[in-house]
Amino acid sequence: MRLPTLRRDLVCQQAVELVTDYLEGTLSRRDARRFEAHLEACDGCEEYLRQVRATIRVLGSVQPEDLAPETRQGLMELYRQFRED
Amino acid sequence: MSDDDLLRRLRSGDESAFAEVVGSYHTSMVRLAQTFVSSRAVAEEVTQETWLAVVKGIDRFEGRSSLKTWIFHILANRARSTGVREQRTTPVDLSGEATVDSRRFDEGGAWSDPPAHWSDEVVDRLSSGPLVAEVRAAISELPESQRAVVTLRDVDGLSSKDVCDVLEISEANQRVLLHRGRSRVRTRLEDELAKR
Repeated sequence: MRLPTLRRDLVCQQAVELVTDYLEGTLSRRDARRFEAHLEACDGCEEYLRQVRATIRVLGSVQPEDLAPETRQGLMELYRQFRED
Repeated sequence: MSDDDLLRRLRSGDESAFAEVVGSYHTSMVRLAQTFVSSRAVAEEVTQETWLAVVKGIDRFEGRSSLKTWIFHILANRARSTGVREQRTTPVDLSGEATVDSRRFDEGGAWSDPPAHWSDEVVDRLSSGPLVAEVRAAISELPESQRAVVTLRDVDGLSSKDVCDVLEISEANQRVLLHRGRSRVRTRLEDELAKR
């Protein structure tokens, strides 16, 4: 079955679904070009991609919670015990 | 510190090396375990057992993956089987879910309500204080499989291959879950910024 190819150009609603594949580098060269061509002409999608990139940066700045001292102590005991055996 | 150095120290019984890995990974591990099991307490337990397995198995670790991936893999396997024993199923939910609310597009699929511009100043502010708390909350509200992938990839910084190995999912599923999860977090930030 052939997929309908009425539109050669992406619309915004399709473009936002491709953002992760684009960032992961898994779009075909042709689709990546279509995506980039769309962004060049579309401020909304350009902004959307920028916001996803910003979101990824914020996610990367989330620090793991601090470890409770008693948990740390318990684990250190465990290490001591088993390394001595 | 490189894995080689760390491993050498762990094997020689260097407590400061163990304190270092525990400090770096423990809370991330509990978080990951929680995506498989029923409660925080069970997740803590599974993480504790994982450390025991790590301490016992460190001499046999062959270094085919990074130390971190190896530890997370042990954790995920244990948490998964505990979840199965608890009869808690965590299906990978890949059902259709739009990245952006479809009401924000017109009939032709073009933006009718495009995202408002985030200035550089806003983007810089995202990584500070109250908004980070908002991001934490957004992560904790993600569906489990999305939460596991987003946390491992974007918070803990594992590669996509490592995430697939740890969670035993395909690259394609990993991408779908990452896409959905990141989209939800972005939407949450967008909503939050609109209030300010």
